[in-house]
Amino acid sequence: MLDFINALPGAVSQGLIWGIMAIGVYITYQILDIADLTVDGSFCTGAAVFVVLFTGGTNLWMALLASVAAGSLAGLVTGLLHTFCGIPAILAGILTQLSLWSVNMAIMGMKATVAINVTTPEMLDKLLVSLRFVKDVSNGSRPFYRHPIFVVGLFTIGVILVLYWFFGTELGCSLRATGSNQNMARAQGINTNFCKVLGLMLSNALVALSGALLAQYNSASEINMGRGAIVIGLAAVIIGDVVFSKLFRNFGLKLLAVSIGAILYYIVIQAVLAMGLNANYLKLLSAAVVAVFLSIPYWKGKYTHAKIKPAAVNGGANHA
Amino acid sequence: MLEIKEIWKTFHAGTVNEKQALRGISLTLEDGDFCTVIGGNGAGKSTMLNAVAGTFPVDAGTISIGGTDVTRLPEFKRAKFIGRVFQDPMMGTAPTMQIVENLALAARRGQPRGLKWGLSKAEKDRYQALLHGLDLGLEDRLTSKVGLLSGGQRQALTLLMASLQKPKLLLLDEHTAALDPKTAAKVLELSDRIVAENHLTTMMVTHNMKDAIAHGNRLIMLYNGRIVIDVSGEEKKKLTVPQLLELFSKVSGSDEADDKLLLS
Repeated sequence: MLDFINALPGAVSQGLIWGIMAIGVYITYQILDIADLTVDGSFCTGAAVFVVLFTGGTNLWMALLASVAAGSLAGLVTGLLHTFCGIPAILAGILTQLSLWSVNMAIMGMKATVAINVTTPEMLDKLLVSLRFVKDVSNGSRPFYRHPIFVVGLFTIGVILVLYWFFGTELGCSLRATGSNQNMARAQGINTNFCKVLGLMLSNALVALSGALLAQYNSASEINMGRGAIVIGLAAVIIGDVVFSKLFRNFGLKLLAVSIGAILYYIVIQAVLAMGLNANYLKLLSAAVVAVFLSIPYWKGKYTHAKIKPAAVNGGANHA
Repeated sequence: MLEIKEIWKTFHAGTVNEKQALRGISLTLEDGDFCTVIGGNGAGKSTMLNAVAGTFPVDAGTISIGGTDVTRLPEFKRAKFIGRVFQDPMMGTAPTMQIVENLALAARRGQPRGLKWGLSKAEKDRYQALLHGLDLGLEDRLTSKVGLLSGGQRQALTLLMASLQKPKLLLLDEHTAALDPKTAAKVLELSDRIVAENHLTTMMVTHNMKDAIAHGNRLIMLYNGRIVIDVSGEEKKKLTVPQLLELFSKVSGSDEADDKLLLS
C-alpha cells in the first residue's frame, strides 16, 4: 500500500503526459470519427526527433517544435493515403504506423534506444520534466514548479485552451461538421478531405508532443515506446467520457476529462502493479478494459428498449 | 439560371449491373423558375439532381449555373451556388452540433473559412428570429443538438439553412417523402414560402403527382433517364392527375400507367 502511495505522483505525472496524446486521439476518434492508428508510430517519432536533436545540442524548445512538426508530417501522410489515395482510414493509419518503425529507427541512427545523458546536472536541469524531479521536489532539492505534474499540467492547460479556441473558429467548426456528417459538410461547401488531413495532422502533432515529453521524463527514446498508444488513448477518452459525461458539457471541460481519464488509467495500472500483477500482462488488461467499454453502448442498444422520444414541442412534426 | 446540356451517366459500366441512369438530359431553368420533377423509381430523378449538385462526375455533357460552367467542379465548390435538402432527414444537418452551429455553418456556405470565431452574438439573434418564423418552437432550443430533433423539424431547419446564404439554385430531393402526411404538408408549405420570399430558382423532385402539379411553374417527367414530359405556364396550371397519366402512357408507349406513380 505504501508502495502504491509513493508511486502516485509518478503515476499522475505519466498519466498527464499520456493525457496530451489522448487529447490527440480524441480529435480523430471523437471529433473526426476516424480511428487513427498512426499514433503508435508517431508517438515514438516525437520522442526520437526530440532526443536526437536535443542530445545533439539543439535548443530544447526548437527540438520540441521539430518533434511536433514531425508528428504532424506523419498525420499528413496518413491523411493523404486516406483522402488522396482512397485507402480506408484504419488501413492508412496502419501503413503509416508500420513505415514509421523504420523511419524512427533511422532517426535514432538504427539504434533501438537513444538516451539523454542525465548524469550531468547541467543536462538534467535543462529538461522540462524528468522522473527524478518527482523525488527532488518532494525532498526539497528543487522548487515545486519543477514538479512534472505542474509542468505537464501547464502544457495540458495550454493545449486545451488552444484547441478550445480552434474548434470554435470557422475552420474548427468545419472540422467538427466533417466528423458529424460528411454529406452535410460538403453540401455546405466544406472541403471534407482537407478537414480530415488537417485533423490528422493536428492530432499527431499532439501525440508527438506527448512522446517528446515522455522521452524527457524517462530520459530516453525507445523504439517500442508507442506500442499500444492508441489503446491507452482510447482508454483515456472512454474513461473520461464515462466518469464525466454527465458533469462536463463544455468542450474545454471534455478535453480536460480526457486528460483526467489518462491519469485515472495510470493510477489503476499502478494499483494493479502494486497488487503484484506481472507488468507483462498490462497490455492484455488495457485491451480488455477498452474492449469492454466499447461494447457497452452496443449492448445497451441491443438489449434495452429505447425510450420513446417526447413529442415535438408544438407543430406537427411528431415523427422522428 | 441553370443550363443542363446533354448529360449522360452510366453506373457500373461494363458489369451485369450496368445502369444508364441519365441518357442525354437537357434542361434550362430561368431565374425564379420552380420546376417539379416526377417519374417512377429508377427514372433518374435523384440522379439528375445529384449530377447537378456534383455528387459524382457526369460521363458527358455540361452543367452551368448562373453562367458558370460547374461540370468539373467538385461537390464542395459547387455548394457555393446550390442549396440542398435531401430525402433522408439525417443527411442535411450535423447531428452532434447545436442548432445555431448548423445555421452558422450554412451561413458561410461558399465562403472561405478561416480563424474567425465561428458564431457571433449578432448571428445568434438573427437565427433566433428566423427560427421563430418556422413556428416549431426551435427558437427556444438554440443550443440543442440537432440529433435530438424530429425528422420534420430537421427538414424545416435544413430548408432554412439552404436559404441563409441565398443560393442560385435550390435542390429539393423528395424532401418530404420520409415524413408523415401532416408534417410533409407543413414542410412543403414552408418550402413554397422560402422559395417565394427569396425568389429562388428551384428544382423539386417528388413522388406525389398532386404536389408536382400544385407547386411551381413548370413540371417535367423523367422516364428511363430522359425527360419525356415538359409542361409550364398556363398549360401546367390546368393540368390534372388523369391528364398527366394519359400523357405519360402516350409518351412512354406503355399503359402500365403506373399505379406506383399515382399512389406513392
